[in-house]
Amino acid sequence: MHEMGIVASILDASVEAASKQGAARITEIKISVGELTEIQEFALDFAFTAMTPGTMAEGAILTVNHIGASSRCVSCDVEFEHGRFEIVCPKCSGFLCELITGRELSIDSIEIDDAPLDAKPTDGDETNEDGSNADTASGAGE
Amino acid sequence: MEIDISKPILDRNERLASENRALFDANDVFVLDLMASPGAGKTSTILATIAALRDRYNIAVIEGDIASRVDAEKISAHGIPAVQINTGGACHLESDMIKRAINALDLASLDIIIIENVGNLVCPTDFYLGEDAKVMILSIPEGHDKPYKYPNIFAIAEAVILNKYDTLSVFDFDEPEFRQVVHSLNPTAPVFPVSATKGDGIDAWAQWLIARIESAKAARSLSKGSDVS
Repeated sequence: MHEMGIVASILDASVEAASKQGAARITEIKISVGELTEIQEFALDFAFTAMTPGTMAEGAILTVNHIGASSRCVSCDVEFEHGRFEIVCPKCSGFLCELITGRELSIDSIEIDDAPLDAKPTDGDETNEDGSNADTASGAGE
Repeated sequence: MEIDISKPILDRNERLASENRALFDANDVFVLDLMASPGAGKTSTILATIAALRDRYNIAVIEGDIASRVDAEKISAHGIPAVQINTGGACHLESDMIKRAINALDLASLDIIIIENVGNLVCPTDFYLGEDAKVMILSIPEGHDKPYKYPNIFAIAEAVILNKYDTLSVFDFDEPEFRQVVHSLNPTAPVFPVSATKGDGIDAWAQWLIARIESAKAARSLSKGSDVS
């Protein structure tokens, strides 16, 4: 149950990237989670809902791309999908296999918007509260 | 507008772990991350391992706990440098905690660091600390069904220590079934039955560890050799 830390990392990376683009807010964050990690999606959603208010990602959707587990047999090179148990080559029954997918935990992309969440009819395209987040993430461009 | 990010969520942890790893490599220190539930016998197993290896290697221990210095004091009492990390509630160690802990150690004088992770069968598995190997301990009273319930830790461990083996006769622990499930999750991991407080079985575990340490050191000196040329 370390989903709070995971969401904090997701938000840091997203806010940094969105700020560099001069975005007002983030509308969607896309991540990939491998089947063999210890991430629980309900805990991730809960942490995301709890931690996004007051940030550029307030109201954003968290989209999770689930990645199944697959391996390659070291002896006969066959690639196959599997669950957590019985990772055995379907062709030669060998058990020396290299994991190809299943341990992913990555932030893929974000959708940004130039208009703040509570866009007021008044002038100015400066962000308001979000500015504080942008400050911490701004600085060196590359 | 979509912006591509494409980076690991635990990017910062991975980066700091690589920095730790570079320090360990530069000082030729082998690092073991030992994971288990609370009460499985991590500290006792570390003490038994130290007793088996201390004539051969200079060892230090990094103790991870939510609170207290109890474990570090137990290790220090045996004349082994020990650094206590208190995670203050966090359920696992992360690489920045290790980074701070190794500042308190004289890496140049060490051959091995044993990291005792926070007692937990879930969270430590997702965090690389810069170690050479992750090993886990299950104790007999916890039951043979644990690999079904916590498969990931059994899948990523290079070896499984089965502690409190001297209590096998009083618990309903099906050892053949346990070994079969561990094998299905992790076919190459050896299982070492030990009774850490009595020292039984420690020899086989220690021999495996020595072989693992020596192969890591050999690989390190090979890569250093190729760097120079």
